[in-house]
Amino acid sequence: MELIDLEKKFQEKIDKEIKIEPLDWMPEAYRKTNVRQISQHAHSEIVGMLPEGNWISRAPSLKRKAILIAKVQDEAGHGLYLYSAAETLGTSREQMIDDLHSGKAKYSSIFNYPTLTWADMGAVGWLVDGAAILNQVMLCRTSYGPYARAMVRICKEESFHQRQGFESLIVLSKGTAEQKAMCQDAINRWWWPSLMMFGPKDSESTNSDQSMKWKIKRKTNDELRQNFVDMIAEQVKLLGMTLPDPDLKWNEATKHYDFGEINWEEFWNVVKGNGPCNRQRLEARNKAHKEGDWVRAAALAHAEKRKNKLAKQDLAVA
Amino acid sequence: MNIQIRKFYYGDIPEENTGGSTIPQQDSGAQNAWPLWEVFIRSKQGLDHKHAGSLHAADAQMAIENARDVYTRRQEGVSLWVVESTHIHASNPDDADSLYEPAADKIYRHPTFYDLPDEVKHM
Ligand SMILES: [Fe+2]
Ligand SMILES: [Fe+2]
Repeated sequence: MELIDLEKKFQEKIDKEIKIEPLDWMPEAYRKTNVRQISQHAHSEIVGMLPEGNWISRAPSLKRKAILIAKVQDEAGHGLYLYSAAETLGTSREQMIDDLHSGKAKYSSIFNYPTLTWADMGAVGWLVDGAAILNQVMLCRTSYGPYARAMVRICKEESFHQRQGFESLIVLSKGTAEQKAMCQDAINRWWWPSLMMFGPKDSESTNSDQSMKWKIKRKTNDELRQNFVDMIAEQVKLLGMTLPDPDLKWNEATKHYDFGEINWEEFWNVVKGNGPCNRQRLEARNKAHKEGDWVRAAALAHAEKRKNKLAKQDLAVA
Repeated sequence: MNIQIRKFYYGDIPEENTGGSTIPQQDSGAQNAWPLWEVFIRSKQGLDHKHAGSLHAADAQMAIENARDVYTRRQEGVSLWVVESTHIHASNPDDADSLYEPAADKIYRHPTFYDLPDEVKHM
């Protein structure tokens, strides 16, 4: 079949909501876009463990420690589901890990912000996981089958992440004056970076958007960001806290919240590697990977030894 | 001024927009890479094992242990199968028409093809 016919057939499948599976023909650009997006998503889950892992040993109670460990463990699982999905497109796990560790591949910039107080664990769960969930719920319907299936699995696990975060902020918001102040401070610091998670404004794009046409994505950055603002602006009232945006107000005409301008300079700076923790995060990942090297080698050696032993036993029996 | 900025999304940052590498490339340890395994889970006694995903492990035992940790943290299963991915053989999607189309016009293979009087019960 001619390339142009294959592409036409491919688009017809997409338009008919037929999922694309690993062995199906697909345009190279579709494959590349998916590899990039899925692996960046995987990296985000893995690097996302670092700011929260930071607080496991200092969680204020055994209950909170158990919850935080469970959440961080989930994020490791999410990373794995996503790496596996990307591998079905013909890229290797080692290549992806290498690209993350060398700084070539990116992950969500949000994880380049530091977690300074215990209240940050609540704010991260509520705001960061909350923003991720909006994106991930949309991705449950993405056109590439393995990515969509990974997302369904992930979304099932995510809702506890957001709920535990909000619940721990509720506790702080009813606490002492210091605890209340800590809660408000965490919200103040995480609000804008969370909004940045949705990426640049739609108006900054003059290109026709291939990702939408291929149904890799189904909502624009601004749509998702607006959903998020509408959701959080209501929830924050239940905490008796505020969002650090003087321009935030309900718009009766649009039935949405209006909100202020994001600091795009900061956004691009963090993307380009100059965020508060970019270097620290990559160093932590590289260190962990390096220190795990002997474990990987030992496990392989052990598996080999066991295989040989079993083979010898088989010979003895025969 | 008309700046062309390619739109991208959370988890999809184009490489040309990223900063330089801050850490020198290190040896990936690819020579110590573990093989890929497919994981199948029986969600409860009496049901089939169903494909759940995949993972890397040095051997079958480790694959089962890892599968337990990753795929059954919330009581998703009571039994696990792992199969090394290289052992799975798949039909070719290009053959789908010739393989599965012929079944489409054999409606007499379905019970609903047969018109029976209403008096016939339990059939
Ligand atoms: Fe996650
Ligand atoms: Fe999460």
